[in-house]
Amino acid sequence: MAGETTTVEHAADAAAHGAEASGAGMPQLDFSTFPNQIFWLLVTLVVIYFVLSRIAIPRIGAVLAERAGTITNDIAAAEELKQKAEAAEAAYDKALVDARTEASRIVAEAKAEIQAELDIELQKADAAISAKTAESEKAIGEIRAGAVKSVTAVAKDAAKEIVSALGGKADAKAVTAAVTARMKG
Amino acid sequence: MEGDIAQLGQFVGAGLAAIGSGAAAIGVGHVAGNYLAGALRNPSAAASQTATLFIGLAFAEALGIFSFLVALLLMFAV
Amino acid sequence: MATETHEESTGLVFHPLDQFIVKPLFGEGPIHWYTITNVTLWMAIAVVAVLALFVFGSRGRAIVPTRTQSFGEMIYGFIYKMVEDVTGKDGLKYFPYILTIFIFILFANFLGLIPMSFTTTSHIAVTAVLGFGVFIIVTLIGFIKNGASFLSLFWMSDAPALLRPIIAIIEVISYFVRPVSHSIRLAGNIMAGHAVIKVFAGFAAIALISPVSVLAITAIYGLEVLVAGIQAYVFTILTCVYLKDALHPHH
Repeated sequence: MAGETTTVEHAADAAAHGAEASGAGMPQLDFSTFPNQIFWLLVTLVVIYFVLSRIAIPRIGAVLAERAGTITNDIAAAEELKQKAEAAEAAYDKALVDARTEASRIVAEAKAEIQAELDIELQKADAAISAKTAESEKAIGEIRAGAVKSVTAVAKDAAKEIVSALGGKADAKAVTAAVTARMKG
Repeated sequence: MEGDIAQLGQFVGAGLAAIGSGAAAIGVGHVAGNYLAGALRNPSAAASQTATLFIGLAFAEALGIFSFLVALLLMFAV
Repeated sequence: MATETHEESTGLVFHPLDQFIVKPLFGEGPIHWYTITNVTLWMAIAVVAVLALFVFGSRGRAIVPTRTQSFGEMIYGFIYKMVEDVTGKDGLKYFPYILTIFIFILFANFLGLIPMSFTTTSHIAVTAVLGFGVFIIVTLIGFIKNGASFLSLFWMSDAPALLRPIIAIIEVISYFVRPVSHSIRLAGNIMAGHAVIKVFAGFAAIALISPVSVLAITAIYGLEVLVAGIQAYVFTILTCVYLKDALHPHH
């Protein structure tokens, strides 16, 4: 093609014709394909526009709005729950403190009561012990007195018997006095 | 022979037009370099200017594309 | 003709632009406006991908999203925030249009990165329709919303009085250049990247430099993935900026 042409205009002319005929030259400047491209481009754009504006944009917009709403609601709910949790914690703390004071009060009360009871019981026990002690001492004294008397009587009798056995005539008065002196000694 | 001279002219012209691409490269480099310099001075303002950066790059590059187009036209269409 | 020259002089086969050829899917013959071509196929795949992501992916309407649904929501949120930040609250009315443009460009760009695929956004015809469509819609919105006061966009009232007419002329010119640069930027970026990959792929025929070539293709492919996303973003954010000018023309 190029070799046959002589001037630039002719060359351009030939190139345009050549492009139409064989596809050489710049395909972008092959004007015979322009109506085809423009037609299909418009069809494509219209289809995409309707797909987007009728289906995609409302759908995605709705989904995004819904998501934003859900997130806002969730955050609000979380905030509420957090406040509830904080209130519950405060209540728990208060209950704990109350329980502690109550417990210590009860402990103190119980201690005091027990102490009082213990004191009374101790006194009672002391009294009982001292009463028992006194009684025992008395009994021991009695027993001792009884024992001394019997020993004296036994000793007198024994002394009399011994004296009489030895063959003497025992003077009751003298024996008694001697035993008594001896018992004292 | 005359056709050969026309062809010579085409190729020389296409080569000269290709210089324009280099010039556009300088322009694009200027835009990007100045943006980077500005962004490093004030990084907080950089993000808001990326759109401007791309518009500037596009304008600078478009002129290089024009010269490339002239080269292509000379090579293939004339 | 240039491709022929290459073949003759170097022995390497460079067809960097063949990947952009529009051809009928079924049979041969002229391409009418209704012919089903590879353009149709890859745009249909883009539509299917959009359906998969935004309709099938979000069918559960889950409060806790699945991976697909959360990706769709991410794109939605990203563009929504962009529109809101750049144009303000009153721009949100046009959010579906902007999302449509962004989604189409994003999917077309990324589908074009699949090897052997056809990149619809690499064609001037496609991006010009997008760019001029934005331009016309934005200009109409500007005049409908603001009436004649929309023209104050071109009249810098805080500039020195002597310079105002000159600035106005420059502003008008730059306003009308907008759709051109808007569309050529996208098509040019995508086409340039794909053509460069193809040129490096042509070098891979030489055994000695083919490892370098493969590495270069890998690197440029990575760059192209970046560019595919960035160009969709840039196209969208510029649409938002133009829309902001139309809604609030007073500086």
